[in-house]
Formats: sequence, structure tokens, C-alpha cells
Amino acid sequence: MIQSLLRIEKYIELPLEKLHLHKVTQDEKTDNQETVLGTDVPHISVRNLNVYLLNNHILKNVNLDIPDKAITCIIGPSGCGKTTLLKTFNRLLQNSQDVKIEGAVLVDGENIHGGNVEVENIRKKMGLLSQRPCPLPMSIYDNIAYGPRIHGIRRKKTLNIIVEKYLREAGLWEEVKDRLKSPANSLSIGQQQRLCMARGLAVKPEIILGDEATSALDPISSKKIEELFVRLKDQYSIVLVTHTLRQARRIADYVIFMYLGEVVEAGPASEILSNPKEKLTREYLEGYFS
Amino acid sequence: MRHIRIKRLEERFFKLLMIAATLTIVASLFLIIVAIVRRGLPVMNWDMVSKVPGGGFYIGKEGGLLNAIVGSVYIVIGSIALGLIFSLPIVLYINLYLPEKSKLAQFTRLSFDVLFGIPSIVYGAFGFTLMVYLGLRSSLLAGILTVTLLIIPILIRSIDEVVRRVPNEMKDAALSLGATRSEIIRTILRQVAPGIVTAILLSVGRGIGDAASVLFTAGYTDSIPTSLQQPVATLPLAIFFQLGSPIPEVQDRAYAAALILMLIVLCLSIAARFYSHKFSKNKI
Repeated sequence: MIQSLLRIEKYIELPLEKLHLHKVTQDEKTDNQETVLGTDVPHISVRNLNVYLLNNHILKNVNLDIPDKAITCIIGPSGCGKTTLLKTFNRLLQNSQDVKIEGAVLVDGENIHGGNVEVENIRKKMGLLSQRPCPLPMSIYDNIAYGPRIHGIRRKKTLNIIVEKYLREAGLWEEVKDRLKSPANSLSIGQQQRLCMARGLAVKPEIILGDEATSALDPISSKKIEELFVRLKDQYSIVLVTHTLRQARRIADYVIFMYLGEVVEAGPASEILSNPKEKLTREYLEGYFS
Repeated sequence: MRHIRIKRLEERFFKLLMIAATLTIVASLFLIIVAIVRRGLPVMNWDMVSKVPGGGFYIGKEGGLLNAIVGSVYIVIGSIALGLIFSLPIVLYINLYLPEKSKLAQFTRLSFDVLFGIPSIVYGAFGFTLMVYLGLRSSLLAGILTVTLLIIPILIRSIDEVVRRVPNEMKDAALSLGATRSEIIRTILRQVAPGIVTAILLSVGRGIGDAASVLFTAGYTDSIPTSLQQPVATLPLAIFFQLGSPIPEVQDRAYAAALILMLIVLCLSIAARFYSHKFSKNKI
């Protein structure tokens, strides 16, 4: 594990072009040695990312690697740029005003802030779970079928299968199977969040982004969502923004600590949360500021 | 002790003021209704709503107001349809495609606020100029065009209000599922459907009751038009012309026309309430 982390750190040092070269040589090597390497290639890599919002420097020279098939928690005090960072991953930031983005975000080696990328395809790769669940104004069924429909699936039978599959995956099927046609707003807020989860999964993403996905929920519902994340981490790379440290302790495999737009420390959860190298991280963990 | 008593008095005074203001307005509106019903109801009969005016109508003989009722309905339906064709794209464009604080969007909103306040006679005059320019006679078409101009600011401003209130999270949610901007329009329209219904009913109320805009443009006739080029009667003009008559029976008919107009608007308002109530509970 430490070895792989070292390797990730090596990436951070590397400029963009070299990284690409490095990757190619890695692929060549895979036949004769270390199949482990494949999983060590980060799913999302952030390189020299600077974001300015209304002339405020929000993210300062961020370099990161988000590992594949694990839960990565971004922690830090409010206003430190966690959500902004998350939004650069699926390019929702461009919708806001006066944004300037410099640097690169690589998803599977492709710079999503580059010139000729299909934004819709990028977003399709990532399911987003926002702070408050936001069901679309339609029935439970149609909410799940929304994504598959816009990506061209029309057959009723296929849609039925998809809806059931992802509602089951989100642990909601048993609760709603008798009222799939009733409006999604009639669900409780915890159920709505799981519905949003199922809706996101139905477009077959590779990555799940969660922006304080449990902060609006009651303890039981957030526990269910957390369990869901843990269950799903074998299939998806999960990136969560959270400001509850306890949540990070419970479910994180990797932790990124941010402060005032900068990444202070990043690494495996066990190391960062119990034995941080930086003074700032220690102070945050001990509750000197929040 | 003393200043508490003064506070109590103050409170009572303002409460009385509020009650007085409410009562004055409600009472005067009620008086209008009473006046209309008192003079209109005695001459109301089935003929009034089912027959066009006969030969001696304007000296108080046979016939009814069907021409004006049908004419008003035609004009309103036409202009709502035309108005929506223009206002929905405008609203969606300034809300979805223009950035939040764009100068163009602000300018558009401001200009529709101004247009909102322009008196309808100005629209009538403008419609008339347009009519002359296009070589149209006063007709159903010209009436529809003018009323459309009159109601577009209402449609746009009230639909804009509801579209602006669609939470960004909802747009983000749809976008993050891989939807394009044009694909989320359907979702947004669904979300604001009650607001659109209210906007439509508001503008129907305004369009159906307005006399000045149709005065020059729609003309007046005793028959029901069969094509867009024919002139058309409207309820507000029926009231206007009949009130100008010296014969009391004809004047009473103006009140009957007013009563019919009032009932149509009342039904629409109730329908509006009902719909927005139903939608707000999200029983799609």
C-alpha cells in the first residue's frame, strides 16, 4: 500500500507530458510483471489546477490522484474549495459565472478540460449525489429511466429491468416497488437520496461524486447511504466531500485534506487520520478549527 | 407601564387602519359586482348567450351576444397560442443559455417590464399601424396579433419568475446524468407547468377584458367570423358600444355582457387556483 502511495506521489511531481509517456510504458510492461499496476493507475488525476471564481483564487495549484475502486474523502473546513474541486471533475463549474480554470483534470488519462471533449460523455461517467436530494419532477420510475432514456434506451422491457436493477442496488426497491408511478417528491428525504443514487447508477458511471451527500439526512438514512457507498466501492471509484470527520473515519480508504484552496495532505485514510504529517492536518483533526 | 399602553394603542390603531383599507376596497369591488348583476341579470336569458344579434338588437329587440362571446374566445385562444410560441423560447433562452448576470438578459427583462406597463390603447394604435402597413382590414387576425403583443409581456414576466426559481441543483442533477441543455428543457417545463398555467390564465383575463387594443384592430360585427380576415366582435366592445346607446334596454344588455365577461374571468380564476393547488401537491 505504501509503495503504491509513493508511486502516486511520483505522479504528482511529473509534468503532464511525462505522465503520459509513463503510462504508455506501464501498459507495455503489464504482460511480464505486476498486474497490480493496472489498479494503481489513478482514475482521476488533477494537475496544476487553478480555479478562479469572480477573481477569487479558489483552488491553488492542486495536484491529486484519485485511486480507482476505493472511497476517497475530501475533508477540510468550510469554504476551502472542496465542492469546487468536486465540480471540476464533471465540469459543472462551467455553468457558474466568471470561472477561470487552469490546469488539467485527467479522467482515464483524458483531459476533460481540454478542447474537444464531449461534456455529456464526461458527465455520464460520473454520478453526482448532491447535498440535498433533488428528484426530477416526475415519477419514481421516470427518475431512474431519465438517464437511460436520454442515452437512447427506449424499449419498455429494458427500462423495466434497469429501473428494478438500480433501485435494488440502491436498496430502495422493496420500499417503492408498489408505487413506482407516484411522484418522486412523495418519498422521504432519505429515500429521495437513495433514489438519486439509483438514478445516477442507471447511466452506468465509473465514478460516484458525493457532495456532502448525507448532511441533510437523518442518522438512519445517512447510515444507509454510507453502507451503500461501502457496498459499491468494489465497482466504482467514489469521491466524497464531507465535513464530518467521523464519516471519513468510518468509510474512507483515502483522505485528502484541503485548507484555503490548497491540498495540505493526501494519502491512505489510516495514515492521515491517525498519524498526519502536517501540523495543520493534526490541528484540524483535533478540532482546533472546523 | 405607560409606554406599554401607548404601544397597545398604536397596535390597535394600525390594525384598524388595515381593516378599514381592506373593507373599503372589498366593498367597492362588491358594489361594482352588485351594479352589474342588478342591471344585467334581469335581461339575461338563454337567447343572450346562444344567439347573434337580430335586426332590431340595437334598439332593444331580439337576439343575443353570441357574436361577442365567440369573438372574444377566438381572439384569446389565438393570442395565447401565438404568445406562447414566442414567450416560451424567450424565457428559456434568457434563463438557460445566457449567463446569470448577462446584460442581454437584464435588458430583456427590463424591456418587458416597460412593455408590461404600456397602456393597451398604445398597443391598439401600434396594431393599427401594423395593420395598415400589412394592408389588413380590421379582422380577427389583426385583433389576435394586437392582443398577442399585449399579453406577451405578462406571459414572459410571469413564466420567467417561475423558471428562475427552478433550483440550480435540479438542472445540475439532470446535467450530471449526461443531459444536454435542450434535453433538460422538458424537465424544467414539467417543473414549472403550474406556473405556466397561472401565467396563461392571467393573460387570458387581461386579454379577454381589454377593449382598447381591439377597438381599432378587430372591428365589430353582428356575425360570427368564419375566417381570419373577417372582423370580429368582442365582449369589451359590446359593452362599450351598448353603454353608449340612449335606449335603456340596450344599456342593460351592456351589463349583461359585463356579467358574462365577469363570469368567464371568474371561472378562469377558479380554474387557475384549482390547477396550481393540484400541481403544487405534485399529483401529476
